[in-house]
Amino acid sequence: MILIEDLWYTYPGGSEPALKGINLNIREGEFLAIVGENGAGKTTLAKHLVGLLKPQRGKVLVYGLDASKCKVSQLARLVGFVFQNPDHQLFSETVIEEISFAPKNLGVESRVEEVLRRLGLEAYRKRSPLTLSSGERRRVALASILSYNPRVLILDEPTVGQDAAQKEELASIMEELVNEGRTVVVITHDLEFVAEYVPRVVVLSRGRVVADGDPEQVLMNGSLLKSAGLLPPSLARLSLLLAERRFLEEPRLYRDLCRLAKEIARRLKLEPT
Amino acid sequence: MYAVVVEDLWYTYPGGSEPALKGINLNIKEGSFTVIVGPSGCGKTTLCRCLNGLIPHFYGGEVKGRVLIHGIEVFSRPTHELAKEVGMVFQEPEDQLICLTVEREIAFGPENLGLPREEVSARVEWCLRALGIDHLRHRAPYELSGGEQQKVAIAAALALKPKILLLDEPTSNLDPLSAQDLIETLVNLNREGLTIVLVEHRLELVAQHASQMVVLSRGRVVADGDPREVLSSRLMDELGVAVPKPIKLYRYLAKLGIKLRRPPLSPEELVDLLAEVKAANDTH
Amino acid sequence: MSLLRGFSYVKGSSFLHKLDPRSKLLLSSSIALSSILLRGLLYPSILLLALSLSLLAASGCLRRWAPTLKGLIPLALLILLVNWWFVGWAYAISMVILLLTLVCSLSIFFLTTSPDELSLALVKMKLPYELSLELSMAIRFIPTLAREAQLIVDAQRARGLDLESGFIKRLKNLIPILVPLVVNTVRRSYRVAEAMESRGFGATKKRTWLFDLRFTVKDYLTSVSSLLLLAFSALFALTA
Repeated sequence: MILIEDLWYTYPGGSEPALKGINLNIREGEFLAIVGENGAGKTTLAKHLVGLLKPQRGKVLVYGLDASKCKVSQLARLVGFVFQNPDHQLFSETVIEEISFAPKNLGVESRVEEVLRRLGLEAYRKRSPLTLSSGERRRVALASILSYNPRVLILDEPTVGQDAAQKEELASIMEELVNEGRTVVVITHDLEFVAEYVPRVVVLSRGRVVADGDPEQVLMNGSLLKSAGLLPPSLARLSLLLAERRFLEEPRLYRDLCRLAKEIARRLKLEPT
Repeated sequence: MYAVVVEDLWYTYPGGSEPALKGINLNIKEGSFTVIVGPSGCGKTTLCRCLNGLIPHFYGGEVKGRVLIHGIEVFSRPTHELAKEVGMVFQEPEDQLICLTVEREIAFGPENLGLPREEVSARVEWCLRALGIDHLRHRAPYELSGGEQQKVAIAAALALKPKILLLDEPTSNLDPLSAQDLIETLVNLNREGLTIVLVEHRLELVAQHASQMVVLSRGRVVADGDPREVLSSRLMDELGVAVPKPIKLYRYLAKLGIKLRRPPLSPEELVDLLAEVKAANDTH
Repeated sequence: MSLLRGFSYVKGSSFLHKLDPRSKLLLSSSIALSSILLRGLLYPSILLLALSLSLLAASGCLRRWAPTLKGLIPLALLILLVNWWFVGWAYAISMVILLLTLVCSLSIFFLTTSPDELSLALVKMKLPYELSLELSMAIRFIPTLAREAQLIVDAQRARGLDLESGFIKRLKNLIPILVPLVVNTVRRSYRVAEAMESRGFGATKKRTWLFDLRFTVKDYLTSVSSLLLLAFSALFALTA
């Protein structure tokens, strides 16, 4: 359970606040995305959840703990943060050591074997993470956070540079984690990914929350997204255009293209002129 | 005249257990907008490096076969000569920019060639204008946004006046709006005659502009031709290439008995083709 | 970290900024040498420090320099105490003034000279191009490295890395910070080299330079003044 109330934060030397009165509730077991253009405040917000930044005004409560009074390691036990670039984390001589690093530091039981299996890294257990391919390094970085089983998982821009198959894999891992009762928060500007896989989206723009809800509504709101510096996902553009030209009853985000096709077909066969 | 000809290219990285490229054959016409796609690790980046001489001169390794750029044999010429024929833009925006102002960055290439000062200056002006970045002239590259940095990188490459621009996943680290802006910039440059060879994952943004699509998988070319044909083949799904939604929809509609005239590469094209079908239905 | 800010270039258009780096180098060296010559002589040293500080102020960089001043306090205190103990108050104070003047004189140079200009100046002074390029690129990448170091620290802290308790433990805990930093720097250097090669680096020994450095009247005046300063300080030191 994460509660953010009227959070304000300005970086030292910053001319204006990076976060201006953020209010956000995240319930246990939720799967959500925080989106916004570069500089909107997404990563700044996420860093507050693990105590890397402390609020200057307002409250951040993580499972009842006041984040402003906690050490990073206390919050890290509950909130696992996978940073955007795996190369900013990897340093160990073997993958096993890398994955055991966080559990050891936090004094928590480590689930190395389970995580190795889950992410398909068993064959690399004794290899140095630095010699692996970039996709494999990403998986090791993720594994190194999953290994101590945090209740909340934050992933910062996990889809950058990934091909379609890798994104699908990532999405299925996230869905699995949510099914196991964990909370998953994805920070991204990849609205295609959000449109396809994520059930709740929070839009940040210039330090404020400008939308919070079902992607089916939020991502179809072209003017909102534009003012937030975001490009509507192709699914949204497609639906809007189809509805405009009356090939669809109403503009809706259809994650399932098969269904969308059926809708179009239905309309075509129904409408004689 | 072909801008790029690749004949039976094989390449193994130093210490590599198997070849990264296995018998690549490829022709790229002048003025083409060629998009190279493929799953991670298929050899796209390696192929790019073979086109401007980084392979074999910078990376070493074993290379077999021929690569011709405007008829020039790549492997027997030094990289700095090839830089005048093929400009290259890389994935990490910031790591390509080494100077402290944009002006100097763009001047770097021509300066290296020892061109007279007036020529260097003229090229800097031309590049700033061509990319629409004159307002960034005195800024430091590391202060710029990712999108701006990539434009500077393109300008810096074009300062050597190559006829081909090679870009290896230039939008990877950019947010979608900047990515779209960059692609538009490339389309404009292509219209003015620059051959573009683009390695890209985000097909939704580029498919409609491509005149040629090449698909690589595990070091081999598995498809090469018109983007509509290439993208509507089943092979793309197997390879894990992100087929643009309009084409996926085209396939589902076909299964439901709605046959569009051709595979659409953009939402706009899709609705236009649907309108055609509707009009045809109505006249019955 | 804040100490380093006193040595990284700040854009500006002050009188100092517009000077040729070579005359600035002469200026800074003269002040530094003069301060060494005048050490132990309280009033001249204070005058020299005041001169240096006003030069910094004139270049608009004084505020930028303040964190460096803060960062110097531990060292200054150490010097003050040690010299007071072994010699005496006056000497101790003049040693601190020496420290401040030396740092100030270096800052005058680095805060007002962009690495591009520096590398150009070095080439004009007959240093091989590759070396001066290495220097200016190293400087160019300092902010990048600083940003990356911060990212790495954040990422590892989020994995429970303890950077607060115990001196020895902190040393060991530097490994998860240093390894990624070094590895990434090496990877980056490959990428940078690739980009440079792709833009014709090394094509010819007779490289052009779009921007040129030329000595103006102001530069001559500055150079002459610097030499005069040095001469006076030497004279003063010898006769005092």
